[in-house]
Amino acid sequence: MAKVKSLADLKKIKEELHAKMDLREKSNDPDAQVQIKVGMATCGIASGAKEVMEFLIEATAKRGINSIVTQTGCMGYCYAEPTIEVTMPGKEPVVFGDVDLKKADEVIEKYIKQGELVDGIIPVNYKTIDNN
Amino acid sequence: MEKYKMHILICGGTGCRASASEAIQNNLQDALKAKGLEEEVQVVMTGCFGFCEKGPIVKILPDNTFYIEVKPEDAEEIIEEHIIKGRKVMRLLYTDPEKKEVVSDSKHMGFYKKQIRIALRNCGFINPENINEYIATDGYAALGKCLTEMTPQAVIDEIKESGLRGRGGGGFPTGLKWEFASKNEADQKYVVCNADEGDPGAFMDRSILEGDPHSVLEAMAICGYTMGADKGLIYIRAEYPLAIERLKVAIKQAREYGLLGKDIMGSGFNFDVEMRYGAGAFVCGEETALIHSMEGLRGEPTVKPPFPAESGYNGKPTNVNNVETFANVPVIINKGAKWFKKIGTEKSTGTKVFALAGKINNVGLIEVPMGTTLREVIYEIGGGIKDGKKFKAVQTGGPSGGCLTEKHLDTPIDFDNLLAVGSMMGSGGMIVMDEDDCMVSVAKFYLDFTVEESCGKCTPCRVGNKRLYELLDKITEGKGTKEDLDLLRNLSTVIKDTSLCGLGQTSPNPVLSTIENFYDEYIAHVEEHKCPSGQCKALMQYVIDPELCVGCTLCARNCPVDCIAGDRKEAHIIDTAKCIKCGACMEKCKFNAISIQ
Ligand SMILES: Cc1cc2nc3c(=O)[nH]c(=O)nc-3n(C[C@H](O)[C@H](O)[C@H](O)COP(=O)(O)O)c2cc1C
Ligand code: SF4
Ligand code: SF4
Ligand code: SF4
Ligand code: FES
Ligand code: FES
Repeated sequence: MAKVKSLADLKKIKEELHAKMDLREKSNDPDAQVQIKVGMATCGIASGAKEVMEFLIEATAKRGINSIVTQTGCMGYCYAEPTIEVTMPGKEPVVFGDVDLKKADEVIEKYIKQGELVDGIIPVNYKTIDNN
Repeated sequence: MEKYKMHILICGGTGCRASASEAIQNNLQDALKAKGLEEEVQVVMTGCFGFCEKGPIVKILPDNTFYIEVKPEDAEEIIEEHIIKGRKVMRLLYTDPEKKEVVSDSKHMGFYKKQIRIALRNCGFINPENINEYIATDGYAALGKCLTEMTPQAVIDEIKESGLRGRGGGGFPTGLKWEFASKNEADQKYVVCNADEGDPGAFMDRSILEGDPHSVLEAMAICGYTMGADKGLIYIRAEYPLAIERLKVAIKQAREYGLLGKDIMGSGFNFDVEMRYGAGAFVCGEETALIHSMEGLRGEPTVKPPFPAESGYNGKPTNVNNVETFANVPVIINKGAKWFKKIGTEKSTGTKVFALAGKINNVGLIEVPMGTTLREVIYEIGGGIKDGKKFKAVQTGGPSGGCLTEKHLDTPIDFDNLLAVGSMMGSGGMIVMDEDDCMVSVAKFYLDFTVEESCGKCTPCRVGNKRLYELLDKITEGKGTKEDLDLLRNLSTVIKDTSLCGLGQTSPNPVLSTIENFYDEYIAHVEEHKCPSGQCKALMQYVIDPELCVGCTLCARNCPVDCIAGDRKEAHIIDTAKCIKCGACMEKCKFNAISIQ
């Protein structure tokens, strides 16, 4: 590893390393983040949820959105997989169905950034143990 | 570069390691590999989470899931269920003892709600053996800022302004101490970190060194910069092998990065740190004794002045600070004195780390803002008294402190308040006692400790404490008199007034505070020869209730000294003069006929 020869050096190293620690820092304050859960049960993975999850992680980071993207189990909407659940700080969770990469992009741009609703919302009629 | 979606943090503190955190880490990594997930999930071993009682702790991010009492065999289920299927492993979650509800994430645990973590900021958060994780969380930025943008005096002023006071027990203003050391001219000066931590039950400093060693190294370098010292020494007890190991790794990595050594960050400032090992004597935590011990002399205190800031290690100006004091420094520089001052009370700013122990539900390591009340600590963070028993006392300040009672529960904790009610902050031990604890025995316990640890230099401390112990022992044996209480008080005052160092000056505190706050209990011992909490063996008597006894003879057959008499089907009777109070009879009796009085 290179020596730290100046404060500028230190800052540069910190920037490079920051991405790695970002996830840990955010989880210190989950309530201030946009929380996105991706349904990753068998049916979800089969219908491309993994790609959607990776896209969400990268896209929110690139677009400067403070978010925590996690996977969750079967959400019970196999007919509409991949599904994602988005919780804006201080708001009720909203579930979107049939999320492909294009739809994911739309959710970020319209719902997360501007608060507009997007087609494909599934009425939430369940409570997981996490919604306490 | 790998981009991890989830992080699994495993506690690698001494408490949890003792119960197999390494095996857990290996099993988790194996399970991840088996599923091809090692690129997506990062497994990190961190420092103590503070919840050692329920260790080993495993925390999953980003959802903050907090698993307790994890065993190596649980690794596969955690990966399979939580990581892959996104379902929490319910049986490993923490259950709130009051509400009987499962709490799935640490943010909602009463234990963490009232805590503010400054000194412990990185404990249970970063891998202490990886300098990169420290740098990524602002590590060494404060040192960089001081060396590049601030004069030594500006750094001293910032620390003075923050109101930071020494966390080693004395509560002396840190900025002022640094200023003294900086004003004394010399060809060589030293920065010393006091990691002796000798109070029974204390493990605050150990946890900081194990969980975040770089924060102490960084602060020592900052201190060196302010006073013009290029050498740092960490005095640590040899019984802390893990902390020593992590410090060694940290020093090595900091040197490799050029953050210790010559010309740090191009500033021309040189600083390096070495370790010195102590044999674990309590008195060696006193700063003059500590310095003598490092010089290879006997670990005995000497008269101040001269203060170490004038003439310390090798007769050179030396600044001694506690581990926790140092751990606060980088944050103060990064966030500013104004930010720091907002936390805590006017005269005691910031936070304090406590090792919470005794008859309390959540035993562990906590950090709370100064000014938090004892009630909040005991009931909200500590989760109340174990087994629904009644609170009786809380001991703060270790062997130098006192026992506080119900009426002190709403006292906001800070240096001055605790002194005012006859105890002290000390280094942060906090032991909670319930109705079953005998306060005379508690005082005796601490005196036993000080008698062992007195260096013997001053007669009042060497002999006086021994006499205090003997008087207390006499009282617990049921042989004390009311005059003994006056004797205890007088002798305590003499010892306090005539001892050279803090050990002798404070050792009678546990006696004085228990006499003051639990006078009735002392009276019960000396006048009625009874121990109200039933702890003093000599004062208890096993008796058989003739109404309940059916004469089954079971007790008599189990008494090791054959002191139970009685015919079959007749009420039995214990010869209390011969009884050795082993309790075997009471355990055996199926009719609850035997009780302690
Ligand atoms: C008997 C005795 C034991 C002490 N033990 C410790 C100790 O274990 N750790 C510590 O930091 N300070 C201990 N001190 C206090 C030190 O003498 C000194 O005040 C302290 O290290 C200064 O650092 P601070 O200003 O950062 O608190 C002890 C003092 C006495 C009298
Ligand atoms: S007060 Fe006790 S420990 Fe301190 S110097 Fe005197 S004898 Fe030694
Ligand atoms: S065991 Fe209990 S019931 Fe039996 S003889 Fe002893 S005291 Fe009586
Ligand atoms: S307490 Fe032990 S010694 Fe005493 S009577 Fe019972 S069995 Fe015998
Ligand atoms: S050692 Fe693991 S929580 Fe303290
Ligand atoms: S103990 Fe030294 S003069 Fe009394």
